[in-house]
Amino acid sequence: MKTKKAIPYLFIAPYVIHFLVFISFPVLFSFFLMFNKWNIIAPMKFVGFQNFYRLAHDHLFMQSILNTIIFLVIHIPLQIIVALFFAVMLSKKVKFIGFFRAAYFLPVVVSGVVVTILWQQLYGYEGGLLNRLLVSIGLGKVGWLVDPKIAMPSIALMATWKNVGLYIILFLAGLQTVPQYLYESAELEGASSWQKFRYITLPMINPTMFMVVILSTIGGFSLFIEPYVMTGGGPLNSTLSAVLYIYKQGFFYYHMGYAATLGFFFAGIILVVIFIQRRYIEKETG
Amino acid sequence: MKKLFTYTILIIGAVVFIYPFWWMLAASVAPQTSIGNLTLLPESVSLDSYSQVFNKIPIARSLFNSLFVSLTVTLGVVTFGSMVGYALSHLEFKGKNLLFYIIIFTMTLPFQITLIPQYILMVKFNWVDSYFALIVPYFLSGLSIIMFNQYFKTIPKDLIDAARIDGCGEFRILFRILWPNALPAIITVGIITFMTSWNEVLWPIIVIRDDNLMTMPQLVTLFAVGGRAESQLGVKLAAATLLAIPVIVAYAFFQKYFIQSMASTGLKE
Repeated sequence: MKTKKAIPYLFIAPYVIHFLVFISFPVLFSFFLMFNKWNIIAPMKFVGFQNFYRLAHDHLFMQSILNTIIFLVIHIPLQIIVALFFAVMLSKKVKFIGFFRAAYFLPVVVSGVVVTILWQQLYGYEGGLLNRLLVSIGLGKVGWLVDPKIAMPSIALMATWKNVGLYIILFLAGLQTVPQYLYESAELEGASSWQKFRYITLPMINPTMFMVVILSTIGGFSLFIEPYVMTGGGPLNSTLSAVLYIYKQGFFYYHMGYAATLGFFFAGIILVVIFIQRRYIEKETG
Repeated sequence: MKKLFTYTILIIGAVVFIYPFWWMLAASVAPQTSIGNLTLLPESVSLDSYSQVFNKIPIARSLFNSLFVSLTVTLGVVTFGSMVGYALSHLEFKGKNLLFYIIIFTMTLPFQITLIPQYILMVKFNWVDSYFALIVPYFLSGLSIIMFNQYFKTIPKDLIDAARIDGCGEFRILFRILWPNALPAIITVGIITFMTSWNEVLWPIIVIRDDNLMTMPQLVTLFAVGGRAESQLGVKLAAATLLAIPVIVAYAFFQKYFIQSMASTGLKE
């Protein structure tokens, strides 16, 4: 069946227009901005490679990237371990599975702002619920958000609590694709539970693992609202994430050219990290 | 014995994920001075914190703003996403492959790169402090197009050809024949889009400065961060509770759809 030639273009026109205006123009403009100094109000000034020079010497930006990586390095393994653990528990034909799934998923649907405001109180040094709990069982208080060494791990812990429900569901779906006979034949050979998990379950759920790593990497690199609300990037800039730093450069100081440079550079890092992860995991799966 | 262990772990898990929300609700109705000792139930119930929230910020207006913005964005994404998805799956045109690659490419493009120039675009369009800034840039999404494309491919070509023979136009085919047959895809895309739009905070903070146009998460964020809550725990938690309620209520009714839809963002990768 032939349709009128123009019709398909009518269908894709909204996307093409949207793509040109809101994606390709901004990317090109961002590239152009990197060579300029601009606060939006005064006229733009061409500055050559000055923004790049500044970036190379910007210790705070380097620290914000390092902070983001620290967040990822704690958050991703923790998330995978916890999610996999609960997914395995749920896959054991338990009753009330609907209730448990719904409960674990609750923080996923609730806005990050709610979770952040709530955890800011739980993490309070004096009178925060967690410290009260620690004191009541005879332990000392922890400076969850006030100790520069602990603040970022605290945020990573909270992010794990918020997101892990999604990954439990993903792993649970992955576990259900593992054929039952593999376990049965392993049992005949006398394999232990751990061996079955290590040599059957883990390799079989590799595609899910891949997805979980990529999704939480992308999520982690956009870390913003948690430090913005809880710590403002402190103490001693220990929770200053890269996106928070770019936001500050752009919308506190109105350094549009420099902020665009940072955004471009940081996006490059994200793409490289995801590319490496992809290559590495593809190799692992064979 | 083993079963007992499994259930113990699962129940502890459920408590860990639910209890903090219970605590938040309890703290939001507790008298200000007693929050520091609160564990399970407040000594007495007072709605003082809530009345302070309503007096200090236009929270009801922000609920309307959020609903309006998220619903409009969802309508746009479902309409346009299904149009492009239909063109990709059942129509022939030049540049189809190119279009497909562009869509995949934009999906991998980190938003950090377009944040600054998109803001400048809003300034130039004079859209700062208007609903346009919150809606139009989000009107199309690559993910929705890919999902509709995949779903429409499962719908037999015969059905569409038969409609064409009957003289149905392409728009009629999409909205009258494909849509009713693609409800699962529409629900999935709808929920994902609505939730993403509802939870967005960074972009509203950048483009909206007028209290009366702020989205609910944005207003609550700025309320908690800025000085207006006067560092009163109960008031901040009341604002957070108000923000959580609409989603938790929707979740209570449609929990199966929420879980399926949000998990499928990952599964379709």
